[in-house]
Amino acid sequence: MKVSKEEVMHIAKLANLNLRDEEIDKFTTNLEDILNFADIVNNAPVEGLTESFGVNENYNVFRKDEIKVFEDNEALLQNAPEKDRNMFKIPKVIQ
Amino acid sequence: MNITELTVHELKDKLASKELTVSEITKAYVDRINEKESEVGAFVTTYCDEAISKAKEIEEKVNSGEIKGELAGIPIGIKDNINVKGAKTTCSSKMLENFVSPYDATVTEKLNAENLINLGKLNMDEFAMGGSTEHSAFHNTQNPWNLNCVPGGSSGGSAAAVAAGMVPWALGSDTGGSIRQPASFCGVVGLKPTYGLVSRYGLVAFASSLDQIGPITKDVEDCAMLLNIITGHDEKDTTSENIEKVDYTKVLKNDVKGLRIGVPKEFYAEGINEEVKAKLEEAIAKYKELGAEVEEFSLDVAKYSLASYYIIACAEASSNLGRFDGIRYGYRTENYTNLRELFRNSRSEGFGEEVKRRIMLGTYVLSSGYYDAYYKKAQQVRTLVRSEFNKAFEKYDVIITPTSPVVAFETGSKSNNPLEMYLADICTVSVNIAGLPGISIPCGVDSNGMPVGMQIIGNRFEESTILNAAYTYEQATKFRDNYKPEFKGGAE
Repeated sequence: MKVSKEEVMHIAKLANLNLRDEEIDKFTTNLEDILNFADIVNNAPVEGLTESFGVNENYNVFRKDEIKVFEDNEALLQNAPEKDRNMFKIPKVIQ
Repeated sequence: MNITELTVHELKDKLASKELTVSEITKAYVDRINEKESEVGAFVTTYCDEAISKAKEIEEKVNSGEIKGELAGIPIGIKDNINVKGAKTTCSSKMLENFVSPYDATVTEKLNAENLINLGKLNMDEFAMGGSTEHSAFHNTQNPWNLNCVPGGSSGGSAAAVAAGMVPWALGSDTGGSIRQPASFCGVVGLKPTYGLVSRYGLVAFASSLDQIGPITKDVEDCAMLLNIITGHDEKDTTSENIEKVDYTKVLKNDVKGLRIGVPKEFYAEGINEEVKAKLEEAIAKYKELGAEVEEFSLDVAKYSLASYYIIACAEASSNLGRFDGIRYGYRTENYTNLRELFRNSRSEGFGEEVKRRIMLGTYVLSSGYYDAYYKKAQQVRTLVRSEFNKAFEKYDVIITPTSPVVAFETGSKSNNPLEMYLADICTVSVNIAGLPGISIPCGVDSNGMPVGMQIIGNRFEESTILNAAYTYEQATKFRDNYKPEFKGGAE
């Protein structure tokens, strides 16, 4: 398994990360090492086995679709890096 | 009497007999934190003053009969990825350095209902990713048995604080060994419950299909007591199972006659330190002496589990950590002109290297072209691992392995090789992959005096079986009477 620098840059873009040059080099090596190891899943005797998405028996857990009001607005907004009155503030999206 | 050396069940008895008061206990722990925290660095945040006033309040209410409950006023420490309303939940990350939780985790509500006193939030590898607590964005935690060594991770702060007597017990979380491995490194008891036994509501998600909260304690009885408090169905966590509550203190029979123990030979093969192996063999011989039936067998899943663990855990992490965008909470960069830059720069500056590495790996295995080769295969391996364990539990009641192939290593000695660090999780991850309960208890020390941990794995929801097995061994060998952390090494 060979991982290229270009692939690492593409993955970083998908993951919303900016990587510095030395990080790109490092992660290229790391990903290659780890993926080479992880490749042994392709030798596992799993032919015909279904995929497990967890360990619970597969069932849906339903609840009523009810609106519950979280009273403490202030506690939520106190963690906002930037806010305006009771709103989260972000840079202009529509140019 | 040295209060901070007592177990919680001893503290409970002394409270009941009025030999000790709630304030005396809390004061003793606060003093111990003041004495030892500078050496150990187990906490991200301490609540010493708050704990002392809380102790007074609880003491008055206990005296007036307003609150009952035999654990009222016992202190506790909480890993810093579990929400406590009004307190910071940092996950030891710059990303959440200033995050104050607006609500309590379900386990926190349960601790509060027992009137336990929060002494502080404990250090960890950033977002629970790591096995040494060296990935904390704030500071390292040192191992009380040797201050030049790591305490393990990711719940390293929790295990070190219990070992150092700075908290009587603590909560940790375990995604691939993060309770059991630090418990093993620090010579204490750590239990990862069956997936679904304890609510994850209010635990900052790392890998949602693997994460569980569990106790880290001085002995097995305390472990059973803390497990009693935190279990139970919770409608806020759809993966929590609705099953009858068990009183785990009632299952400690001090008897393993006829217990069927399986010893999987692959877990004692290459890569396991010889001294660790020798201690495990002694422990297994002790079980035979105590009347258990021991049999070696083949469970060839460790390597596949480990590979599939790093694929699944990183995939889930890359998705879970997508929420950190610098908008509603968490770190926000100062350097941006548009929304895209705000996202990217906040994440790039807020996350540490190990977290970025795992997000990258997770994004890679989920990306188009690689999904079938990695993620899908890993999910099939998961089915394989579950079915191999199912077969094993038809023949055995418990499975015994080392918790970690090695004892606590020196700080800095592995931090440059992520793959080597990942490989050290070989004994613990399959338990998470299969959703099983596992407990780590100390089974001696190596020639340098560092604790060795034994892992006892049970079938799903068989916490009773592994707790009794652990308890019986503990009563027969009395680790705590023979060994104590000595705070060797360090800054002198």
